[in-house]
Amino acid sequence: MDAMLREYLPILVFLAIAIALGLVLMLSALLIAVRNPDPEKVSAYECGFNAFDDARMKFDVRFYLVSILFIIFDLEIAMLFPWAVAFADISMTAFWSMMVFLAVLTVGFAYEWKKGALEWE
Amino acid sequence: MTSTDLNIILPEILLALGAMAGLMAGVYGGKDRSAGLICWGIAGLMAALAAFIGLTGFGDNVAFGGMFHDDGFARFAKVAILLSAAGVLVMGQDYMARRGLLRFEYPVLVALSVVGMMVMVSAGDLMALYMGLELQSLALYVVSALRRDSVKSTEAGLKYFVLGALSSGLLLYGASLVYGFAGTTVFSGILAAAGDGQAPIGLLIGLVFVIAGMAFKVSAVPFHMWTPDVYEGSPTPVTAFFATAPKIAAMALFARVMHGAFGGVTSDWSQVIALISLLSMFLGAIAAIGQMNIKRLMAYSSIAHMGYALMGLAAGTQFGVQAMLIYMAIYVAMNVGTFAFILSMEQDGTPVSDIRSLNLYAKAEPGRALALLVLLFSLAGVPPFLGFFGKLYVLRAAYEAGLVWLAVAGVIASVIGAYYYLRLVYLMWFGAEGSSVDTNRAPVLWVFLMGSAAVMVFGVINLFGIEGAAAAAAATLVP
Repeated sequence: MDAMLREYLPILVFLAIAIALGLVLMLSALLIAVRNPDPEKVSAYECGFNAFDDARMKFDVRFYLVSILFIIFDLEIAMLFPWAVAFADISMTAFWSMMVFLAVLTVGFAYEWKKGALEWE
Repeated sequence: MTSTDLNIILPEILLALGAMAGLMAGVYGGKDRSAGLICWGIAGLMAALAAFIGLTGFGDNVAFGGMFHDDGFARFAKVAILLSAAGVLVMGQDYMARRGLLRFEYPVLVALSVVGMMVMVSAGDLMALYMGLELQSLALYVVSALRRDSVKSTEAGLKYFVLGALSSGLLLYGASLVYGFAGTTVFSGILAAAGDGQAPIGLLIGLVFVIAGMAFKVSAVPFHMWTPDVYEGSPTPVTAFFATAPKIAAMALFARVMHGAFGGVTSDWSQVIALISLLSMFLGAIAAIGQMNIKRLMAYSSIAHMGYALMGLAAGTQFGVQAMLIYMAIYVAMNVGTFAFILSMEQDGTPVSDIRSLNLYAKAEPGRALALLVLLFSLAGVPPFLGFFGKLYVLRAAYEAGLVWLAVAGVIASVIGAYYYLRLVYLMWFGAEGSSVDTNRAPVLWVFLMGSAAVMVFGVINLFGIEGAAAAAAATLVP
């Protein structure tokens, strides 16, 4: 490649990213959004009969809460496992790092408990 | 070894512990009734840490094998971040309390995002960079949706989250390319791999993606689209926070990555940054003209200001970094005062943000109107005030680095931008008769408004010595 043209490569790459991203954001709005809405088009598709209710059903926010809390403790286990398996070979630093991690997690746990996030009532 | 490392990150540890103590105190103590107390406690802790970092910090300390740098540059940015975050916390308290928004989680989340910012400006490694950035961003997504029963606020939170995730993705993709081609994530290693003059092609593409990701975070054009909606939708104290501390952190991070990891290939990135700087200045100046909502107007104003700060970075020199730091410090001082005024705008107890409600404000409140006039002139860059000197520094940096066209374009954009600042002044003194705003007379807001205006006037004497501090900070980053 020509050395002179090579100097302008970063700006070319940047322009490509900027234009592509801008187009994606605008075109997706154009493609996904409903134009000429009528009740049949915007109602949820159900086979053979009229829709019973809106496609945007309300979920209880507690379902999300439970799944989010589950992920946190799931990841904790994912970190604890290799640590526990290698326990005999690791240093004191590794031990205390995990203790600090668990302590921080406990603070969060105490918060969610007291806040009532674990109660289904 | 470890104790030295921990000693270096002591301020971050203390603030994180403070945030956790605040969380526990809030949830086991008085719940939301204690939120005011936690706000003051965390603001006090931040101010104390700023003093601690500013007064006792010395030398260039590296922790965790190059992952974390505590140098003059990081300390300058940290002091500015901590002070502005503390100021905004104190300032917005009354507003949030009267609208039932003052939950005790708010100061805790602000403190956690500040920990993230402190890690960002000290990052010496792509992993540390990403960790700080995510800690900051996740806390910010939540506070922007703090008013959870308002459609606009939740929309702001969601929009910010989706676009923030997209930008993090771009940044991570770039980081993975950089790691692939440089073989290391430590900045000093990348600096060696990139070499002098021109970077290898793969590294270059990674670099451009990293720039795009960070341009999102500083809300530079063409990655600015989230800014007006998020500024408008968030509660005003949160908007004030968005406009100050995260902007310094993202800009300082930008400078650290560019100079710390790609300092040898200045010409490769400076052209990209010059382009986004140019676009930001013009879009910020022109798009704000039609805005009637003062929060959207401030969003476009911040886009334009980021353009000027990026001009200093585009210069690619030590003086350029110094100019950028001075510009950001002045920008934050101006914005804190302006938002103190916006927080005090209300009608029958509800906040207003339409600029037409400022009609003939000067007749009702001459003192406050005069302070706002000083701040607006300073934002526009009119000579006797401090904002002019910020612009002067970045223009000089661009001029000395041979970017004369960029400096000229900056002057033109600032003339266009002056229109909408001056229109506010016009409305206050010569506007039509009409319903006008009441003023929230909380003394805290008055102190911040007047203090910020006074800084804009008296700062011109010696810039409160930040010139020397910024020069020393820039010297540690750019040899």
